[in-house]
Amino acid sequence: MATKKFMYLNRRSSFGTVYAIESLEVVLIAAAFEQDVSLAFMDDGVYQIVEGQETDGIGMKNFSKTFHALGDYDINKLYVSKESLEERGLSESDLMPLVYEDEDDDWEEKPSVKVVTNDELKAIMSEQDVCLSF
Amino acid sequence: MLHTVNKSSFERNSLQSCLNTIDDTSVILFIEDGVINAANNANSSMIADLAASGRVFALQGDVEARGISPKLADNIKLVDYAGFVDLVVEHGTAVSWV
Amino acid sequence: MAQICGAEVDEEGFLVDLKDWNEDICKQMAADDDVELTDEHWDVINFLREYFEEYQIAPAVRVLTKAIAKRMGKDKGNSKYLYSLFPYGPGKQGCRFAGLPKPTGCI
Repeated sequence: MATKKFMYLNRRSSFGTVYAIESLEVVLIAAAFEQDVSLAFMDDGVYQIVEGQETDGIGMKNFSKTFHALGDYDINKLYVSKESLEERGLSESDLMPLVYEDEDDDWEEKPSVKVVTNDELKAIMSEQDVCLSF
Repeated sequence: MLHTVNKSSFERNSLQSCLNTIDDTSVILFIEDGVINAANNANSSMIADLAASGRVFALQGDVEARGISPKLADNIKLVDYAGFVDLVVEHGTAVSWV
Repeated sequence: MAQICGAEVDEEGFLVDLKDWNEDICKQMAADDDVELTDEHWDVINFLREYFEEYQIAPAVRVLTKAIAKRMGKDKGNSKYLYSLFPYGPGKQGCRFAGLPKPTGCI
């Protein structure tokens, strides 16, 4: 099977709608098909991967922890819109330090999150075969 | 690429996010409440420029259902469902701004 | 709805409420499947529970295999060994014994 480039575009925050957790579920299921997968976070979607989410008070599953497992699923390209972060007074240091172990580099831990400008994101999006929006 | 937008820019920022990341060869199709962006009072200069170069479409049924036909901004091309399919075929990867 | 040791399980035998889990339930599930739990089984079951606690998901089999190999060595981190412990699949059967939901993407 030829590998295609799949991008999951996440534009909503974690708990107000079901989009964020549904997106993550689809990403994990699709990981079994061993395609070239990337995730993009823009608009309020950047809040999905901010550090320090605590859900005890709202009785919902804290699926922010699951993003730390993505590296094990060979999903290690998480692009975050610089402009969306800045509009919200956020920076890369507010995001979870998500990493993966690079099989081709003696399993060295490397960051999965990459903050990109809209222009960079534009170029990345135009390379995709499939783009799924949540 | 084909970018579809199905929200009014008065309700959500989907159109703005689309415009932020659209490249020089892509086209936009307004569907559902996205056709509100095709009314002349909602127009942004960037949409006007894109429309002038023939890169903005709106789904006719959605435009008519919302009474927007008389207010349609200049140069926006109306398509029916068959035209929607043609756009998908012609422009490859589709991105929906929901 | 079916029950095991007073805890509700779904039609496939997975716990409905993960908080109901205890070792007796695990042992009963194993007995029902004709599996005798050994220390080797418990190593994997405990690993699965720790994985869920940390990541809030049941790992896919290939992820589990890789993680066990890293933690316990290659002689244990392989499908053959894990299937010898859990003949109905380390993902499906192992996660069920461990009180986890069915792994995402596991049919």
